[in-house]
Amino acid sequence: MTALLKVEGLTIGFGNAAPVVDDVSFSVDPGETLALVGESGSGKTLSCRAALRILPAVAQVRGGAVMLDGPDGPCDLMGLTERQMCYVRGNRVSMIFQEPMRSLSPLHRIGNQVIEVLRLHGTAKGQGARKRVLETFERVGFKDPERIYGSYPFELSGGMRQRAMIAMAIVGKPDLLIADEPTTALDVTTQAQVLGLIKEIQHETGMAMILVTHDLGVVANMADSVTVMNRGRVMEAGPAPLVLGSPQHGYTKELFAAAPMIPESSEQKAKDDGRDYILEMRNVSKTYTLKGKAPWHPKEHVYAVRGIEFGVERGKTLAVVGESGSGKTTCAHMALGAEWADPGAEILFKPEKGAEAVNLQELGSADRLAFQRKAQMVFQDPYSTLNPRMRVKDALCEPMEIHGLGTHGERIERATEMLRWVGLSENMLTRYPHAFSGGQRQRLSIARALMLGPMFLVCDEPTSALDVSVQEQVLQLLEEIRDRLNLSYMFISHDLAVVARIADEVAVMREGLVIEQGPPEALFYSPQHPYTKALLAAQPEPDINRPIDLQTVSQGAGKPTTWPEAFRFDDVTIPPLLETSPGHKVRCHV
Amino acid sequence: MTTLPDGRYIDPKPYEPDTGAEARHAELDMPNWMLVWRRFREHKLGLISGLFLLISYVMLPFAGFISPYTANERAPDHLYASPQGIHMFHEGKLIGPYVYPISAEVNLETFSWEYTPDYENPARLNFFCEGSYYKLAGFIKTNRHLVCAPEGATIFLLGADRLGRDVFSRILYGAQLSLTVGLVGISVSFLIGIVLGSIAGYFGGFLDWIINRVIEILRSLPELPLWLALSAAVPSHWGPVSVFFIISIILGILDWPGLARAVRSKFLSLREEEFVRAAEMMGAKPSRVIRKHLLPNFLSHLIASATLSIPAMILGETALSFLGLGLRAPAVSWGVMLNDAQNLASIEIYPWTAIPMLPIVIVVLAFNFFGDGLRDALDPNRA
Repeated sequence: MTALLKVEGLTIGFGNAAPVVDDVSFSVDPGETLALVGESGSGKTLSCRAALRILPAVAQVRGGAVMLDGPDGPCDLMGLTERQMCYVRGNRVSMIFQEPMRSLSPLHRIGNQVIEVLRLHGTAKGQGARKRVLETFERVGFKDPERIYGSYPFELSGGMRQRAMIAMAIVGKPDLLIADEPTTALDVTTQAQVLGLIKEIQHETGMAMILVTHDLGVVANMADSVTVMNRGRVMEAGPAPLVLGSPQHGYTKELFAAAPMIPESSEQKAKDDGRDYILEMRNVSKTYTLKGKAPWHPKEHVYAVRGIEFGVERGKTLAVVGESGSGKTTCAHMALGAEWADPGAEILFKPEKGAEAVNLQELGSADRLAFQRKAQMVFQDPYSTLNPRMRVKDALCEPMEIHGLGTHGERIERATEMLRWVGLSENMLTRYPHAFSGGQRQRLSIARALMLGPMFLVCDEPTSALDVSVQEQVLQLLEEIRDRLNLSYMFISHDLAVVARIADEVAVMREGLVIEQGPPEALFYSPQHPYTKALLAAQPEPDINRPIDLQTVSQGAGKPTTWPEAFRFDDVTIPPLLETSPGHKVRCHV
Repeated sequence: MTTLPDGRYIDPKPYEPDTGAEARHAELDMPNWMLVWRRFREHKLGLISGLFLLISYVMLPFAGFISPYTANERAPDHLYASPQGIHMFHEGKLIGPYVYPISAEVNLETFSWEYTPDYENPARLNFFCEGSYYKLAGFIKTNRHLVCAPEGATIFLLGADRLGRDVFSRILYGAQLSLTVGLVGISVSFLIGIVLGSIAGYFGGFLDWIINRVIEILRSLPELPLWLALSAAVPSHWGPVSVFFIISIILGILDWPGLARAVRSKFLSLREEEFVRAAEMMGAKPSRVIRKHLLPNFLSHLIASATLSIPAMILGETALSFLGLGLRAPAVSWGVMLNDAQNLASIEIYPWTAIPMLPIVIVVLAFNFFGDGLRDALDPNRA
């Protein structure tokens, strides 16, 4: 069989620098899925873009051929004119991008954007084209294609937009679909459904696919063959079962070792009674009031968090898991007193065991400053968490400066010590943040949080922007520091595998409510709630024999009103959080 | 590409795990201003303009020394004298820089002054000579000039105006006011713009609303009549220096809304950055957050936008003075000089009276190129 797309010896570079894609070769057979796996900066996206000749203007292709097989034999895409290339794009090869928010034009209706593909290529016109678009909409799982046709991107959720993107990509019936991290920006349950959809469509139409991803779990679920890239070179390539089953190359092995996984066995930990909470949230709600559509309309209320009751134990980690919009970040902000909860809430902070608890809701400004010394936050985005105009030295010393602690010398001394703790060297003190990689910046951010000697840290998705291998290192560092300083963490995450590793207790949130809470063993091995089950089922595992169970995902991933009777809730009736077994709580009707 | 029998390929190069020691290059350790300077150097037009502006401003205190005459020194016999060239060779002989003395005559048909050079008696220029008294840099009283007219001759490089004053000298003296009016005005507008803009952007809410409405009202007023009204309110008996300050402050007061808006929108976006949140959660007070985190992050952009708005100030001063409502004689500025060129007829006969337009055009262009170059160099979106 001739390969549909064959990339040979592709070399791409910027300016005079060494090539960023170096002698890369891969090929896709018709109907097959090739996964290009690698961490950020490995050159996987550039290689794909080179195939469609949509590289940034400053990138130069220094060598190699991209052969696309067609009715009249293979032809080299590098040698085509721009006009011929336009025919190839969208008609024979199409692409899905990572950010569904940004890849659709906000000013045009979805239908118009999709029909444009047909119009540009002259494939279909008028009513015929419209019919074909509507059919495609139905194909990608839109219940009401007519309504989607006339709606604007902002009316759709992330998952819906990605479906619309898929519709746009497949409406021209291409032979090859290039999907560049199509699900990275989506919630895990949505990701599972979108992946399922792509697979189904591929099965039906027999189109080939190049899937660019960093997630080995996605690869295991989707790919027939795998190409692993690192620093612009192909490290290992071959059929998926072989590469995933017994990786040979050092880098591939490392990548697999770093991939977080929900552990197989469930070891029950001994439960000690009389929990000593460092931070306890009781009856915490947060309602945002929005202006109505017009002055005479009533104001709208958004219930970001509804009646949270949980606590972080001293020296332990409480993980809060949920999809975007579930209220977990609001929770984190309230736990640090950065946002006020609705009246009636109690957020109790107990600095020492047996000490008087202070209610964050009633703190005066002096007490607040004292509290801020003991509770700090680690942020999500390593690129915006450090001020680009401040040297590392200044950024690290800033907390002590704000609190007026120590002399200049003492601050520097402490900063040096903290740098050593997080595994960076002290000669980095005079550098600016732009000299650091994502992982190093997250280390700096942790070092800054430790400067004041806190006892409670809130980590808001500290690893979600990092590569797997770096994520592993940062998690290790967090664990190390927790044990060394007896810190307590509130760990916000959307990734169950990360949580499984670090948490002592897990709370799963959905629409501002905790729907299930318990120790990770209980939660992961006997999940009670359909949403928890869906989350677990949707988690892609880097094991080719454990595909995503779409049935379970679809049962729990929908709106809370579609859940089974016992768990259903809406704005009015909310079932209570019941303790089903010691320490394990589920929100269900009795 | 070597493939194993089972269809897989393994990179033959020995693999070294990434130790996290990233490739070091000097650029990473550079402070921001050095990176900006390196990018700015690439922008040749901006660089040249910057140099020109630097020289112009450095020259200001020494304007009196460079110019052969003082600003209001009259040559009653040389009204509307035409520009004189400086020559080196006289009848094939090098005698150094010299001018031909000119003598005036009234053409009774056109009723205009006509000048005839005396080609017989070349007059060599004097250097470092003594002329009229002026104050160097505003303090040191001296009468030393770089160059002055020889006995019995004049040196009007760009001609003389209707009172027989040297246009070239007056342009140099005028630069002292015209170039600094922009700086004073921009400082005023910066002060107001940054303070109000940051309050609006950082605190939001009602304050933001008030400031925005003030901006909108100020922007809705027609600019020229407002200038006129404000400058008409300046008492006419005030000295030239106080009028100058009032004019620049008026220009500044009317210029700040644009800047305040830029500051506000920048604040709104920067406030969402995590490092700002981090500082707030550490307990930093608003003033500290603004000073340490927000302002440094876009001060460079402010500087660029300031460079781009100085020309507007210079043009504003010129426009006001041209209309006779800005600076008034005996103060010398480019606008005041152009005020003399209001008469179309006199421009037709003595075109050199309109020459002060030239430095205005050049300086405004230079500021624009310089600001453009700065903005490009500071643009973080450029990879």
